[in-house]
Amino acid sequence: MSEKKAPVAPRSTDAESVGGAERTQLQMIVSRFARHRAAMVSLVALVVIVLFTFVGPFVWRWDHTVHLEIPPSVPPNADHPLGTTTAGHDVLGQLMRGTQQTLKVALTVSVLGTVVGSLWGATAGYYGGRVDALMMRVVDVFLIVPLLIMVAAIAGNARAGTTWYAVALIIAFFSWAQIARVVRGVVLSLREQDYVEAAKAAGASPGWIIVRHLLPNAAGPIIVAATLLIAVAILLEAGMSFLQFGIQPPDISLGQMISDARTAVSTRPWLFYPPGLMLLAICLTINFIGDGLRDALDPRQTMVRR
Amino acid sequence: MTTTDQKSNEGTTPRGTDDVVLEVRDLSVTFPSDDGPLPAVREVSYVLRRGEALGIVGESGSGKSVTSMAIMGLLPKNARVEGSARVLGQEVVGLRDEKISRIRGNRIAMIFQDPLTSLNPVYTVGYQIAEAVLAHHKVGKKAAMDRALDLLKLVGIPHPEQRIKQYPHELSGGMRQRVVIAIAMANEPDVIIADEPTTALDVTVQAQVLEALEAARKETGAALVLITHDLGVVAGHVDRVGVMYGGRMVEMGPVEDVFYRPRMPYALGLLGSLPRLDEDRGERLTPILGTPPSLLALPTGCAFSPRCPMARDVCHEKEPRLLATDENGERVRVPVEDTSAHTAACHFSDQLGETAPEDLFRATSVQADTVVKLDAAEERAEEALDEISDSDTGSTEESGRERETILTVKDLVKNFPIRSKGLLKRKVGEVQAVSGISLDLREKETLALVGESGCGKSTTARLILQLIKQTSGEVSYMGQPLHTLSPRQMRPLRRDLQLVFQDPFASLDPRMTVSDIIAEPMRIHGRSNSDAKGRVKELLDLVGLSSEHGSRYPHEFSGGQRQRIGIARALALNPKVLLLDEPVSALDVSIQAGVINLLEDLQEELGLSYMFVSHDLSVVKHIADRVAVMYLGKIVETGTTEELFRAPSHPYTQALISAIPLPDPVKERTRERIVVTGDVPSPADPPSGCRFRTRCPKFADELSESERTKCVEEPPELIDRGSGHRDACHYSKVMELLSASRS
Amino acid sequence: MLVYTVRRVLGTIPVLILASVLTFVLIDVSGDPLSELRMQQPPPDPSVIELQEERLYLDRSMPERYWLWVTGIGGNGDIGLLQGEFGPSTQSNSYDIGAQIAERLGVTLRLVGAAMLLALGLAILAGVVSAMRQYSKIDYTLTFIGFLALSMPVFWFGGIMQQAGVTFNDLVGTQVFATIGDGLYQAQGEDLWGRITNAFAYMTLPTIVLMLTSFASWSRYQRTSMLEVLNSDYVRLARAKGLPNRVVVRRHALRTALIPLTTVVAVGIAGVVDGTVLTEQVFQWRGLGEFFVTAVNENDSYALMAWLLLSGVVVILANLVADILYGVLDPRIRYE
Repeated sequence: MSEKKAPVAPRSTDAESVGGAERTQLQMIVSRFARHRAAMVSLVALVVIVLFTFVGPFVWRWDHTVHLEIPPSVPPNADHPLGTTTAGHDVLGQLMRGTQQTLKVALTVSVLGTVVGSLWGATAGYYGGRVDALMMRVVDVFLIVPLLIMVAAIAGNARAGTTWYAVALIIAFFSWAQIARVVRGVVLSLREQDYVEAAKAAGASPGWIIVRHLLPNAAGPIIVAATLLIAVAILLEAGMSFLQFGIQPPDISLGQMISDARTAVSTRPWLFYPPGLMLLAICLTINFIGDGLRDALDPRQTMVRR
Repeated sequence: MTTTDQKSNEGTTPRGTDDVVLEVRDLSVTFPSDDGPLPAVREVSYVLRRGEALGIVGESGSGKSVTSMAIMGLLPKNARVEGSARVLGQEVVGLRDEKISRIRGNRIAMIFQDPLTSLNPVYTVGYQIAEAVLAHHKVGKKAAMDRALDLLKLVGIPHPEQRIKQYPHELSGGMRQRVVIAIAMANEPDVIIADEPTTALDVTVQAQVLEALEAARKETGAALVLITHDLGVVAGHVDRVGVMYGGRMVEMGPVEDVFYRPRMPYALGLLGSLPRLDEDRGERLTPILGTPPSLLALPTGCAFSPRCPMARDVCHEKEPRLLATDENGERVRVPVEDTSAHTAACHFSDQLGETAPEDLFRATSVQADTVVKLDAAEERAEEALDEISDSDTGSTEESGRERETILTVKDLVKNFPIRSKGLLKRKVGEVQAVSGISLDLREKETLALVGESGCGKSTTARLILQLIKQTSGEVSYMGQPLHTLSPRQMRPLRRDLQLVFQDPFASLDPRMTVSDIIAEPMRIHGRSNSDAKGRVKELLDLVGLSSEHGSRYPHEFSGGQRQRIGIARALALNPKVLLLDEPVSALDVSIQAGVINLLEDLQEELGLSYMFVSHDLSVVKHIADRVAVMYLGKIVETGTTEELFRAPSHPYTQALISAIPLPDPVKERTRERIVVTGDVPSPADPPSGCRFRTRCPKFADELSESERTKCVEEPPELIDRGSGHRDACHYSKVMELLSASRS
Repeated sequence: MLVYTVRRVLGTIPVLILASVLTFVLIDVSGDPLSELRMQQPPPDPSVIELQEERLYLDRSMPERYWLWVTGIGGNGDIGLLQGEFGPSTQSNSYDIGAQIAERLGVTLRLVGAAMLLALGLAILAGVVSAMRQYSKIDYTLTFIGFLALSMPVFWFGGIMQQAGVTFNDLVGTQVFATIGDGLYQAQGEDLWGRITNAFAYMTLPTIVLMLTSFASWSRYQRTSMLEVLNSDYVRLARAKGLPNRVVVRRHALRTALIPLTTVVAVGIAGVVDGTVLTEQVFQWRGLGEFFVTAVNENDSYALMAWLLLSGVVVILANLVADILYGVLDPRIRYE
């Protein structure tokens, strides 16, 4: 060793080498979501719609059934902002109730479909091999089936598909497959991650790994898929009702309203446009929110340093 | 291969501008980002003459790749490029697509890093080469294809007539890269830019590809810009070298000047932090403290000043210019065209003429990234230095005789079934990943398992830890057989055997905080939260991080720091054996040294045994006591580090050692090379007898017909054939490849 | 390549069988073809019901019925897929399910074919443009249109289109667009020009309506695929070779970006089938959509089964073609 000493010690204390303000994962997700303008607007709009749908009936004087006092086929006016039907329904009352039913069906489908689909997909993805091949074949069969057709066939045939939860069950029965495929893909790729192997090397049981590592990391894509499933379910239910295989009168749904108004598009447009616009609005907001969630939850966005 | 006419011009006036093929002046590239403009490249200038080779070295974030992409006009549209770059006098910065397309691939060509993704998978190899020709010359398709065939022969691809009709996925990585070189050469360009051309390849393949690159240069007379982080690759293949840091060129000059007499502390530190094949084990590495700067928050003054041991006030205030040192010891300007000048961007570059890395950068101890208290650091550094001079002779001599064997592996075999892709998934073949490995690990020693990709070393590590079940064979720890245990029985033993991973990014769960990650093994084994918390603090301290880091998330840390977290996690349960799977391969060179030092210190402090899996022989030579070389599932040579590196006897080991580039220009050019041909055979169908025979230079050149038969029919045993250590070659012969260390 | 194809074809057979079983069981279990009859007031004579049950094979066990449905062995000659018979209908004794399907198939295929071609063409165009001009106004516009299309109820949009057609006709003064019917009756006996104008008049609106959802999802997919490819290393190498941008996009980017689209389109066929039923309802086309709705309303089990099986076959075939096409386009897949 030579005698030449280093002149001055290095200045860095390196505490600053680690990030700025401390932010939790949740805060980062929320701020990323907030950057997606369309998603934020949609979120607000959706909240308004939900309030309208579920709080509205308590405020508004008419419900969705026929009342003798209501003058039939009246265009929008002060008493009936959306007009009335030929039979004597207040359209605004119908709209609220119809949206309620649509939303209830859609949410139920999403929850059921996500739970079943996630479990199925996670199992297939985690165990791999023959188990995976077999389970995914089943998923494939369900995926290539035209959803509306199957759902309509069962519902129409059974004549039991008249209540909203029966409709929801039937739709969920066929749409879980989409979620299963997404979850399986996610789990397959997560399973190979080094940190899973590290947990195994430390002696973790499969249960520990699934709960502590796979699920939290898979949560993002699952949430996004579940959100988009809501929109799919809404359109499915509406289609069914339009074909008159879904929710039956005297209960009302948005699809039914449109079906009833088919012949009156030009003569009584207040019967035709509001339910369609409502469907469009809900689906659009949900799709944008789903897109925003996808950006916000993407793990790649969290990678920064080398 | 160098153009020797360079040497005759040293010290005289710069040559005329007529044979300047590439001129870069004050090139700057800025990217817009969410957090503000990112200055990736800052005022880089250099000149390239016809036929010469310039190397540009730097770590990640240094801007070396972006510079070349800017010259080629391949940056995304939102990048702002300022300054000038002239190819054969023609300005290319800001040139429109139609105009620059005529120059690209024609006068200036580029080779990229990853051959797997560089070629379009849906077109044949021949088509893609011919396309390059047809883009610039109006010739018929047949003529273009003929040229493609010639080019394939030139880059050394065997059976080119067959290969020309194949698709990229049917070729190996090395061959694909040579196809990319053929494409670059197709129109005899004046400049070839090679951006990390061999980083993604195995060492023996790297040697082949570099040879192909040399052939390309010779054939076309093109000048070369070789961009890499590997100082060894640069040393042997260029005339001049430029070092980049923080987006700027911080040192430039003839390769010998820069390597032997660096004038910029960063370059000095870089060279000092490299483990060397030709140096003794005892010398401690001198890492550079800290991490490369974030381009978004560049320090004022010299970008390197926060990490520089000789930084003074002026360094933090004013950014140094790239200046040469004249005979009087003064720093003077030189024109960019003076390619024989040795310039450095340091206010005190005149003081650095004859400094050695260890003079400037101390051989630091554990706390390499966070220097909290200077005194404590100094003290420990002193202690470490003393320890080393004391134990220098001690460690290597203790081998074997006194130490207990704690881990034994016998005839380990692992075959992976290849299943058909149908519903039935029948087994259609077998990948013989590990075919009969036997080794043992002793107390407090480091055993290295080396080999290239596909040799089975990672699989072996996982078999030992029982993370994969073996097909046959025995694994015993402290006399207890592991291979017969059920997962539940294995659990308690897992505390003693832990694993450190290669990829610092994938080995930490991004959704868990650092303390949770480190505490997890303890929680799995039932320790309470509060217990674990205390230990986490201890462990963070042990690996050189501070306790406040515990509440952060992995993505907030650099690669080196994440690797330390991974090490802390592995130590949580007080293991006796650590299996390290390429722990430093994914890290920047200047960071590697710190982690290697940490590992060595931990071994000393905690009495650990290491099984070190790596393909990087320089690191292995530095850290390991004993080495086992693997090839295609078998061990081909094993012995102490000293024996194996000084006197290897198996042809594969010899080829491996001779293929590893040394960061020493003179040695690199004058070394003896043993070249291995072809590609690694598929482990699903390994050659009969000796598995190495299909690539063995001995088999190809030296053996007689009858001798060859033995290689084909009889698999060689791993025995001592007179060299003092064991090898598996019927005709092994010792060869001394590495000269003594440089003083 | 041949081996690959044969293997794929053989692979569809078990799927077909599974689909037939699933279809049969679901329909058979979920409803009773004679429920209307049973609920008639005044209640019909039990012998009438028994006769119907016999005619519809409801007196046999389910596995036996499945056997009959597939092979027809042991039946009355009006059942057995392998014999070309689809089973008795509840709608009337003379209602020939097979003949009805055959008649309506052409009507529906016109619509589906046109819609898919239009959707595919526009989707590729929109996706490519969006990707190449990422984050520009046109990208945002196209993305918004895509979202809008995805959220639009097909049948509602159909109604709007009809209204638009009528309004347009009034504005122009002549019947440019037909808003009701499929026009095939009107086209009989017309010459070539007459048939073309007839097709244009009757098909334009329904095609636009049907292609909307597919266009939306495919164009988004194409955009993502194209973006990925444009940022790939081999496109960068193609540029480095000196190929002008147009050539790079056409020859390297587009070619590779289209490959995954084959699978997406194949899977999307199911969605197109859904849309067809709704669209035919709105525009009152006498196609397979109408057939389906009627069959459900009339509890016509065998008709439903036939319809479902047919759509299943179409979807499976589409997937098969997509698989094979994928092998043609992507050499990596061929040598499995």
